[in-house]
Amino acid sequence: MNAQARNSTPIIEALSLHKSYGKHEVLKGLDLSLDRGEVVALIGPSGSGKSTFIRCLNMMEIPTGGTVRFRQKTVGDHFRDKGGEIGIGTLRRHVGMVFQHFNLFPHKTVLQNVTEGPIVVCKTPRKEAEERAMDLLSQVGLAEKHGAYPNHLSGGQKQRVAIARALAMEPEVLLLDEVTSALDPELVGEVLSVIRGLAEKGMTMAIVTHEMAFAADVASRVLFLDQGVIAESGSADQVILNPQNPRLQGFVSRFRG
Amino acid sequence: MSYNWDFHSVWQYYDLFLWGLWISVVYTFGSIFFGVIIGFLTCAARLSHWRVLNVIARVYQEIFRCTPLLVQLLWFYYAFPLLIGASIDNRVAGMLTLSLYVGAFYAEIFRGGIVSIDRGQREAAAAIGMSPWQSMKRIILPQALKRVLPSFINQSVIQFKNTSLVSVISVADLAYMAAVVNGQTYRPLESYTVMAALYILMLLPLTQAADWIEKRLRVSD
Ligand SMILES: Nc1ncnc2c1ncn2[C@@H]1O[C@H](COP(=O)(O)OP(=O)(O)O)[C@@H](O)[C@H]1O
Ligand SMILES: [Mg+2]
Repeated sequence: MNAQARNSTPIIEALSLHKSYGKHEVLKGLDLSLDRGEVVALIGPSGSGKSTFIRCLNMMEIPTGGTVRFRQKTVGDHFRDKGGEIGIGTLRRHVGMVFQHFNLFPHKTVLQNVTEGPIVVCKTPRKEAEERAMDLLSQVGLAEKHGAYPNHLSGGQKQRVAIARALAMEPEVLLLDEVTSALDPELVGEVLSVIRGLAEKGMTMAIVTHEMAFAADVASRVLFLDQGVIAESGSADQVILNPQNPRLQGFVSRFRG
Repeated sequence: MSYNWDFHSVWQYYDLFLWGLWISVVYTFGSIFFGVIIGFLTCAARLSHWRVLNVIARVYQEIFRCTPLLVQLLWFYYAFPLLIGASIDNRVAGMLTLSLYVGAFYAEIFRGGIVSIDRGQREAAAAIGMSPWQSMKRIILPQALKRVLPSFINQSVIQFKNTSLVSVISVADLAYMAAVVNGQTYRPLESYTVMAALYILMLLPLTQAADWIEKRLRVSD
């Protein structure tokens, strides 16, 4: 994995990313470079800036300093491509995101949730979009729920639909922000196994998670965020299984129970 | 009491009552129609990041929500013409005032619905690459409008009652016609009772329908 990664060019990068809310500096210069097929896990205490960081990667938050680059091109703070810069709209077509609280569209069926992006944003013909959506729904084990409304689904099912919705855009990168944190414990497994399947198929992912065993298992690289900086980064072996940094030791031991 | 009811002589003028009723309906639906347009524009202005638009919309809303409709009608019919140096038809003044009045309330209803939609909805729409306009049209508005439908209907039913005030600037609506019939027959009890009955006849089905729709919406949530 590492040898392969070194040879390829990064698909998405963050260079010296800063983000402040008023006087409160949340991100203090973060760097990240993701190669195709790489899975990075972000761990760290609550409030350390994990969500803010991952949300900067698709410009859901506009960084106050530094740059985001996608396919070696700088991303601007405008919706459409302009000059040599990539627009936010273009970036988001290729960089999917899955949220902690699913955020499914409650007024649309499961199938419509998944086809919405392709039809509205990519102008894919409805029939084609629906066929592809049904494929994705069977991949996440929910084909028979295609006509249901989100309210009638369990949390685990909602999150799997949300993943299918993101995948329908055929993203090159997937950002996942604590996607199992809102789930009942018995429903976590079904969502993690879908993500594991994506990793095996070579999906590039940045995953914010508190599931240490899962992170160790699926991630090629683990970053430990603490107070707005990347305090530690390395293989899962180094960061999760044999942490050196005392704050990291404390954090990891708490989450491994 | 030995009052001699005489609906017969009053009901001879049924065509006046029906014409007045028709005018009331026209003013109700006309002002609802223009009010919705004004309401949407005002709501958009309130939600825009453009400060000037924001303030203008705000001032308009407060003026119309904080003065009685009767005062607004009198002002538009008697004062406004002096301001612009041209007389203004009482029917135009009536429709204009009613529309501006209800538009201010509609704007607040629409705005309340839009801001009540969870932020995550906008983010999910943005995350699949939708533009702000696409997200508003396909994700936010459908949910917001469904949520505010009961308040919207309620405001519109009230609007039907409000139209009766245009009679003070001599628009020949139902209330005005009742006064005309009274002038002809000297039978105020019958004239105004017929008027009241006609209002009830119109509004009762509407309020019932509104309750029914509200219940339906709550179930489907
Ligand atoms: N919209 C915002 N306005 C102000 N402060 C915020 C905002 N979003 C996040 N923060 C602050 O930024 C810090 C990092 O938050 P977050 O990125 O959500 O951390 P994490 O995901 O690691 O728990 C927290 O102190 C939080 O209060
Ligand atoms: Mg978070």
